[in-house]
Amino acid sequence: MKGDLVQNSIGQLCPMPILMLAKNMKKMQPGQVLEIHADDEGAHADVPAWCAQTGNELLGTEDGGGFTKYFVKKAG
Amino acid sequence: MGGNNKCSLVVMSGDMDRIMGAFIIATGAAAAGMDTTMFFSFWGLNAIRKEKINTGRGFLGKMIGLLNKGGIDRLNPSRFSFGGIGRLLFKKMMKDKRVTSLPELLQLAIDLDVKLLACKMSMDVMEISRESLIDGVSDIVGVATFVKEAAESEINLFI
Repeated sequence: MKGDLVQNSIGQLCPMPILMLAKNMKKMQPGQVLEIHADDEGAHADVPAWCAQTGNELLGTEDGGGFTKYFVKKAG
Repeated sequence: MGGNNKCSLVVMSGDMDRIMGAFIIATGAAAAGMDTTMFFSFWGLNAIRKEKINTGRGFLGKMIGLLNKGGIDRLNPSRFSFGGIGRLLFKKMMKDKRVTSLPELLQLAIDLDVKLLACKMSMDVMEISRESLIDGVSDIVGVATFVKEAAESEINLFI
């Protein structure tokens, strides 16, 4: 999978990956996908929780080797 | 998203660790689209004070101003303070682990439109003027303002 925009959150700790996620999603159009690269263990729970609360869709995750890729689709 | 989408926090403490928790929750709530308000009272006011500005008008107020310096970067942790050395140790450890610093969290909160309110009564007691508070403070209010915000909030915390 490939996102329309890539967010590099490698090395970042809570709350930065989520704050950047929220900031980037504001810039994007409905239907576009944000690809987040994060190695913070907390992000495994936080990205799905943020999506559930804001109504955006987590399309899936991929192993990037040492970090995880999260694909979040902006709701229409 | 259910109900009214608001989050409000009373920030009574001026401890570095509690202030950090308060700002992480506030920015997280704002990032989730919640209309977020922080109400700073008593020691919490130190987090929204400018650095190196003396406060106090009378003798006691000036004494408190000398002992109780403001500025979010100058807050001491609630434990292991060691007369100020603890703060430097924690700051170093946080920096080494690339944790967002308190001044950065404060700026993020302002950028995310978190409303920063200051308690008028505490400011009067401690003789802290509006001019000694940072520009990001949106208003100086009393209890009724907070109660209204809290009544409309889904999340309401006292820190």
